[in-house]
Amino acid sequence: MSQRLKLTKWLVVLVVLHCIVVGAGFFAPYNPVEQDREHPYLPPMRVHLMDAQNHFHLRPFFHPLRLRTGSFDQYEEDTTSAVPLRFFTRGAAYRLLGLVPSRLHLFGSTDARIYLLGSDAYGRDQLSRILYGGQVSLLAGLLGAGVTLFLGALIGMAAGYFGGWRDELLMRVAELFLALPWLYLLFALRAFLPLAVSPIQAFLLVVAVIGMVGWARPARLVRGVVLSVKERDFVRAARGFGGSDIYLLRRHILPETASVLLTQAVILVPQFVLAEMTLSFLGLGVPEPMSSWGNLLASLQQYSVLVSYWWMYLPALAIVPFFLGYLGLASALQQRTSPYKIEEQSGWNPS
Amino acid sequence: MRYFLRRTLHAVFLLFGVSLLTFLFSALTPGNYFDEMRLNPQISPETIAALRAQYQLDRPLPIRYAHWLNAVAHGELGFSFAYNSPVAPLLWVRARNTLLLTVTATLFAWLLALPLGVWSAARFGQAPDRVVSWTTATLLVIPDLVLALGLLILAVRTGWFPTGGLVSVGYEEFSPLHKLRDLALHMALPVLALVLAALPMLVRHVRASVAEVFDAPFLRAALGHGIPHRKLLYGYALRAAANPLVSLFGFSLGTLLSGSLLVEVVMSWPGLGPLLLESILARDLYVVIGGVLLSMVFLVAGNLFADVLLYWTDPRIRTAASTK
Repeated sequence: MSQRLKLTKWLVVLVVLHCIVVGAGFFAPYNPVEQDREHPYLPPMRVHLMDAQNHFHLRPFFHPLRLRTGSFDQYEEDTTSAVPLRFFTRGAAYRLLGLVPSRLHLFGSTDARIYLLGSDAYGRDQLSRILYGGQVSLLAGLLGAGVTLFLGALIGMAAGYFGGWRDELLMRVAELFLALPWLYLLFALRAFLPLAVSPIQAFLLVVAVIGMVGWARPARLVRGVVLSVKERDFVRAARGFGGSDIYLLRRHILPETASVLLTQAVILVPQFVLAEMTLSFLGLGVPEPMSSWGNLLASLQQYSVLVSYWWMYLPALAIVPFFLGYLGLASALQQRTSPYKIEEQSGWNPS
Repeated sequence: MRYFLRRTLHAVFLLFGVSLLTFLFSALTPGNYFDEMRLNPQISPETIAALRAQYQLDRPLPIRYAHWLNAVAHGELGFSFAYNSPVAPLLWVRARNTLLLTVTATLFAWLLALPLGVWSAARFGQAPDRVVSWTTATLLVIPDLVLALGLLILAVRTGWFPTGGLVSVGYEEFSPLHKLRDLALHMALPVLALVLAALPMLVRHVRASVAEVFDAPFLRAALGHGIPHRKLLYGYALRAAANPLVSLFGFSLGTLLSGSLLVEVVMSWPGLGPLLLESILARDLYVVIGGVLLSMVFLVAGNLFADVLLYWTDPRIRTAASTK
């Protein structure tokens, strides 16, 4: 496959994935915090096309679950009633992108609640929680990468452009950050920030912590680019015409670092989404009732959940397609910029 | 000798920097362990003030840092408020368990990655190479958290492996062989998770760096001289490709330490990970600093080991070091 085609393919994959998460309100059948105390830990429901008499139905349907007789936590399908699945139905109100109010959902049902991926301890729909949780996790990853790249570009340009003792000092500190195992660094940073905060504050804290961890690698790469660019003729000419340092950096040097920054962004985002997941999983990140891919997994730390309710593991798999998309895009980008250095740069840990 | 001296100096500088950094972070801390004590009406403010004075939390940061450095020089790492005991013995037990896990995982990961990578590079672009590439790519997109949890669920549902802990109940009474078997069974799952998480990156790097030297004239000459294929691969190609791999060893150690932190918490392995998490939640300052620093010591030690290895395998380093 040609390189351009590869690039386009992965871009399309990523755009589709992100659209699904951004449009969580539409794709999710329910409000993620809406509880159904009557139905805790329902297993995922099956959608049928064939009924018990082996008749084919064009409209998919499902059987509501009922407790198996003589059991208090085992469910079975109640085949006496069949609930049709309705598409483009009206359900819980939500705001698309936080702006456009709507009640339209991709699917739903009027008679009984459908849990395609099961329900959690409070009877909340797992599918809805995963989709909405993706918004939190991805936003944390994207914002974190933004903070990191901003810091990295700033520090890298300062070090490369001014040189001398500033360069020496900044690069020594960068080495320090590169050497530390990133999870320890994340822990150390998080350890010294407040624990009891509101969900929004916690989210911002997570973004800040994640963003401050990974600046060293982009900074070093940017520094390398700046070192070579600042001696190029067009920069020297601009300086000769009396361009100030700030002007030169902004107008002539920053654009040259764009491809390095872009590649770094694509590498960093999935790592930072994972970092958010890790922090939230350990209870140091985004708290309930907000859902994120990390805190959806937190219940797996209880042994009983781990043994009995395997579908609580499903949120973990949500990140896999995103990882695939970002890694594919990163390697396509790197092939375009430097065809021989793929393996060197695609080591995906930030330390 | 100069070479090692320089590397050691670098390592000491690194440790010093990390300790300074963690202390700086700790100065930004809003609230500490005693804040929660303050909420307890049974403890008088005077007691808390006395405790703070005892642990010198009321002193300014530079003085605290100097005191702490002095204590470290005497082999003490401060005091754990939550456990009411010195930090050092607390950390040592946990660190031993973490080391057991990471060293085993490092060993297995490299023992697997080297032959796989070389084999894959030797058949560059052919079917075996593609299989290896696809497998590593698949493993690469499964993050360690997802992998560890998945393995744990597998273990719980099949009952093949014990889940959690270091040894079974009644370990003390087991026979030596039984003890070993018990420990190995408990270690199997966390080690597997760590190895699988580290493997794809290692295999890819080994493959890339061996493939790079493959076209070198000296290898083609050696092939022309009729040197056996196996010897060519492992004796010549791998050795020439060793330089980037040995540097990678240091990096892989960092990844494994991070991964181990997470895997330990997921699989309730009594290592540094759970302790660190606990002490973060309890604001047990010196345990956190000690834990981070200790992991740094492991990392630095591993990197020094890598330097020695490099010196030993690569004659170019030796000549560069001696001419300087």
